[in-house]
Amino acid sequence: MTQKNTSHAWYFTLFAWSVAVVATLGSLFFSEVMDYPPCILCWYQRIAMYPLVVILLVGLLSPDGSTVKYAAPLAVIGGGIATFHNLLYYELIPESTVPCAQGISCTTAHIEWLGFVTIPLLSLIAFLLVLGLLYFMRIFADEN
Amino acid sequence: MKTKMIIMGAVALVLGLAFFWGADRYRAHQAEQMSFLAQENALVFVPEYAPVMGSENAAIYMVEFLDPECEACRAFYPYVKKILKDYEKDLKLVVRYAPFHKNSIHAVQVLEAARKQDKYWEALEIMFATQPQWADHHNPQPERLWDILPKVGVDIERIKTDMKNPEILARIQQDIRDGEDLGVRRTPSFFVNGTPLQTFGYEELVTLVESEIDKAKKEVQ
Repeated sequence: MTQKNTSHAWYFTLFAWSVAVVATLGSLFFSEVMDYPPCILCWYQRIAMYPLVVILLVGLLSPDGSTVKYAAPLAVIGGGIATFHNLLYYELIPESTVPCAQGISCTTAHIEWLGFVTIPLLSLIAFLLVLGLLYFMRIFADEN
Repeated sequence: MKTKMIIMGAVALVLGLAFFWGADRYRAHQAEQMSFLAQENALVFVPEYAPVMGSENAAIYMVEFLDPECEACRAFYPYVKKILKDYEKDLKLVVRYAPFHKNSIHAVQVLEAARKQDKYWEALEIMFATQPQWADHHNPQPERLWDILPKVGVDIERIKTDMKNPEILARIQQDIRDGEDLGVRRTPSFFVNGTPLQTFGYEELVTLVESEIDKAKKEVQ
């Protein structure tokens, strides 16, 4: 049973890692391939997302049940910034409160798939997914 | 553990390949759109007012979006001239502006005013050569141009009047708009007969020029 649960936790880690990799490559695609300059809030979210790729990878290679402990703070911080960015973007809070009025605006719509899917929304979804998966990793690790 | 490693590797491989495949597809799509634009609306690349260097009979246009204040444009200019010389029968240079720096618009106005005195290329060359003196980004001193430009025989008093011509500003703004349409986000940016230079570099530009010359020759035959 223990073996099986460890295995479950591992697959959740794999899923979370895949999400982090997709988010990382996706953001690099927007900036390096499509040449969209990242705004300051995007950079803060990148700072939280990119290390998750490494931390979760280490968790995959040597699963010792402590991956969640190291990954969760980053996911929480990133999710927090992403939430703020989305509130700003969808005009639930006014832009005057933003620290990035100069330079590249954080509310510029580079993409708008289906009329509402934007880069900040994709980021928020990625962080929430990672957080959700970390939660399951913890549950299965606890049962050991 | 071995199975897990294989699964992990497979996930990494698939995601990595998807990234590079996507990047390739995206670039190809962009290039296709540009060449479509080049056929449908050549004026986006080569408006009538743009300065042109090279033989009139040359069939290939190398469009350079530049900024007199941009260091990379300065460093790359000798290579541009070399390419123009090496392919002088086929190639001409069209200058467009992408004024991304603080005093760029002012510098372009001076340059365009020098054109009225038939001193455009001389002015561009000396502005690039002396760029660190007048366009230092921490301490720009555009007024130094008034001492620099007379060295190539430019009449400064005429420049000061001519550069205020609203026509010049309108052209700069048209260049900025066209640059945005063409996705110009860095200077220098090159288009050879409408095909964008994907990776910046001398070798890459030569390759692009040669492939466009080949293409044009095949079409003639």
